[in-house]
Amino acid sequence: MIKVSNLHKSFGDNEVLTDITAEVDAQEVVCVIGPSGSGKSTFLRCLNRLEDITQGEVLIDEVNIADPNTDINVVRQDVGMVFQHFNLFPHKSVLDNVMLAPTKLKRDSKEEIQSRCLNLLEKVGLSDKAEAYPSSLSGGQKQRVAIARALAMNPKVMLFDEPTSALDPELVGDVLAVMKDLANEGMTMVVVTHEMGFAKEVGDRVFFMDEGRMVEEGTPTQVFDETRHERTREFLSKIL
Amino acid sequence: MNLSPESMIDVIPYLTTGLWYTFIITIVGVAVGCVIGTIFGFMRLAQNRLISTIAGIYVEVVRGTPLLAQIFFLHFGIPNLIGFSMDALISGYIILAINSGAYIAEIVRGGVQSVDKGQLEAGKSLGLNGLQTMRYIIWPQAVKIMIPPFGNQFIISLKDTSLLATIAVGELIYQAQQFTALTFDAFEAYFMVCLFYLIITIPASLLLRFTERRLGT
Repeated sequence: MIKVSNLHKSFGDNEVLTDITAEVDAQEVVCVIGPSGSGKSTFLRCLNRLEDITQGEVLIDEVNIADPNTDINVVRQDVGMVFQHFNLFPHKSVLDNVMLAPTKLKRDSKEEIQSRCLNLLEKVGLSDKAEAYPSSLSGGQKQRVAIARALAMNPKVMLFDEPTSALDPELVGDVLAVMKDLANEGMTMVVVTHEMGFAKEVGDRVFFMDEGRMVEEGTPTQVFDETRHERTREFLSKIL
Repeated sequence: MNLSPESMIDVIPYLTTGLWYTFIITIVGVAVGCVIGTIFGFMRLAQNRLISTIAGIYVEVVRGTPLLAQIFFLHFGIPNLIGFSMDALISGYIILAINSGAYIAEIVRGGVQSVDKGQLEAGKSLGLNGLQTMRYIIWPQAVKIMIPPFGNQFIISLKDTSLLATIAVGELIYQAQQFTALTFDAFEAYFMVCLFYLIITIPASLLLRFTERRLGT
């Protein structure tokens, strides 16, 4: 589903991603872990070209998005993204947040889109908030709306950029539960996270990144219990 | 001291005419200024260096020169160079549009830039193109931010029309000058002029505050 080959990313002279090669299969959940500044968010943002790709290939469903001739807007419709700071549209109601993209981009009738979006809100446990505005929601509710909004385009892949890092600890569980459901339904997911519990339990594979490189990858058991690299061990010993 | 209360009454017909000119020049000038300002505001935000520089030069030239110099340059300078004369009122419209346009361009640029970058990313990540993201996500939020400074600019431009008296546009100051030339009652005339300005600026301020409160900015 996602195939990254020899990806390099620089900001000016500063290389933040170095020669990354990785694959994510359909229906797979990959968790990306690593210290802050290791490039994991930048890596994720290269997967929908929110960051320009300096060098290398990123194939999403066989389409190379590093190619400037690719219509990235079409690819992005299939790649949902959830941000650390939610980025809900404050001037729109919860339902309108979820409906905006499909209304502008899909050919379906408004009624169809609306009923589908209401279903998504129900799925994330927020159907009673459809008419509310984002400013009245808690962080956990905002993030669940953001997930519903990303799902509204029926994406093939979902990217999560530290989705629980900005949440109060007691709100993290609700968001992780929604993500877990999504994983169980077979959604392909790439999750940048500091939630090691989630990575172990839900992740099919774990990528460990440090200083812009992919240091280690494997199943959660391989990475957490049969750690091969010293750098990974050092990182894990600090946070576990 | 000799105050002439009748003059305060007598000046009113002059000032009513003047008020009309002041009002219409401001409305037309600022309306055209909004169009110019929106275009140049977006040009300043353009990735293309040439486009943003052109807009930058326009803004800097207008901001860096006094309005009076702009009025004389356009109304006397340019016609002298190319050999035609322009109606003072037309000059007034043009000057006010160009002048307010530059300030509005800055307001537009500032408004768009102060919308959180995450909004742009959220729009893009959903597959909206640049134009759609601007139209449905960034612009509605930017407009809200732009309203207070825009209201401010409207009042400034309204008062700026007074400088058009120097090229004989029949606005408030010019009318007061005409009246004073006949009666020598300068105190009464200019006292009433100030009153007439306040008749527009105070309701405009109130309307602005009301709008701000309704939009919750």
